[in-house]
Amino acid sequence: MGETHSEALRVTPLDALHRQLGARMVPFAGYAMPVQYEGILAEHAHCREAAALFDVSHMGQATVHHPDGVAAAAAAFEALVPGDLQSLAPGAIRYTLFTNPAGGILDDLMVTNAGDHLFVVVNAACKEADFAHMAANLAGCTLAVLPDRALVALQGPKAAAVLSRFAPEAAEMAFMSARVLDIGGIGVWASRSGYTGEDGYEISVSAAEAETLARRLLAEPEVGPVGLGARDSLRLEAGLCLYGSDIDTATTPVEANLKWTIGKRRRAEGGFPGAEIVLRQLAEGAPRARVGLRLAGRQPARAHTEIVDENGAKIGEITSGGFGPTVQAAIAMAYVDAAHAAPGTRVACMVRGKALDAEVVTMPFAAHRYFKG
Amino acid sequence: MAKIYFSEEHEWISVEGGVGTVGITEYAQEQLGDVVFVELPEIGGAVDKGDDVAVVESVKAASEVYSPVSGEIVEINEDLAEAPGLVNQSAEADGWFYKISLSEPSELDDLMNRQEYDAFVEGLD
Repeated sequence: MGETHSEALRVTPLDALHRQLGARMVPFAGYAMPVQYEGILAEHAHCREAAALFDVSHMGQATVHHPDGVAAAAAAFEALVPGDLQSLAPGAIRYTLFTNPAGGILDDLMVTNAGDHLFVVVNAACKEADFAHMAANLAGCTLAVLPDRALVALQGPKAAAVLSRFAPEAAEMAFMSARVLDIGGIGVWASRSGYTGEDGYEISVSAAEAETLARRLLAEPEVGPVGLGARDSLRLEAGLCLYGSDIDTATTPVEANLKWTIGKRRRAEGGFPGAEIVLRQLAEGAPRARVGLRLAGRQPARAHTEIVDENGAKIGEITSGGFGPTVQAAIAMAYVDAAHAAPGTRVACMVRGKALDAEVVTMPFAAHRYFKG
Repeated sequence: MAKIYFSEEHEWISVEGGVGTVGITEYAQEQLGDVVFVELPEIGGAVDKGDDVAVVESVKAASEVYSPVSGEIVEINEDLAEAPGLVNQSAEADGWFYKISLSEPSELDDLMNRQEYDAFVEGLD
């Protein structure tokens, strides 16, 4: 309502399918995307209980080749991210961050060792900038952007049963690994990963075959279409960052509580943009931290809500917040001063002049249920 | 016999004996999507027509509810605290928000009847 629709909105290869399924389409990162089909609460529950199919074709996909092989590509890529990419085994995926010289985060991304090259997935809103950054700074590498690839995510406790019905090898794939699968004659690049906290897959497929694949998956009794609305509530419950809200150029990996993404060797060697600041924060601590907040009631406290201590002094701000349908409580991510970041700390969220009681809690809010083998 | 009126902000008010029951319309709940919380006014509070008296929180966003008339809040729908989904399931009946004792009944003349509201909504699409 009241949203200005640009004539220049791009569409994904699944646009006709979304409209046929009765999706409510909204502009997102320059694309017309389905925000919901049946309803966000029902779709959220479907992902937690069965299997959800998301269209995430707006995200950016690319490959990085180096004439000396994937190890050389990984070494070159490490100049842009704090993740340890050189230790990635063939088929393994790393979640990492593009950092800037101030230690801020330019984007978060997935990098896969695809055997003889790297396969990269970045956020839709950042993709042009990311690809320009990569093209300019990946020494000796060839970047190939893949605009003709769609991306769908199949997420939920029944996702493995569904996908392995077509490709039995899917069942035993390790969490954060990727491989080629044949889904009834459609060759796909499947990653066992996701953005919901559930087991599942992110499936890269040619744009030409995307609708056939999506319809084939949706025809399985466990699978239902799920939009961006539930994707956001699912990832919030899973404690996963949304770029542009929870992390951005003003937050460092240490402040963002993404220290685990900085490889051990990288901590010793540095060699990524902003390393001096990030490594100093690793050693000495950061002035603020991203934390989870669980509110006492159901009333949501949304992004930009001020957080105060027991004396009413401002100690931070919410970056993502809403009602968690699975945890049945209002939950949020926030940045708070380091002194107030310990789990168990009592704070208040100022919503329309009222102080809503909240407690700093360990994330995720809803337990991750990734495949453990 | 209660008479029902509608506002351009998609509230309805059903008036009987000087007291109006206020809620949001079926069209509004459909636009908002799943409601997860409703912030209601305090009983005894005085409101002016157009005041933001309540807030509907859907999964996606918070939306303000404007009082279609002036008066005093005499009752609120306590069921919404535990079951905010009533707004989706029964927007124009069980999902009511508050009851208001009208101080300026002539304000009702500025509102639409069902037929006019339906035409108004038709024109929005």
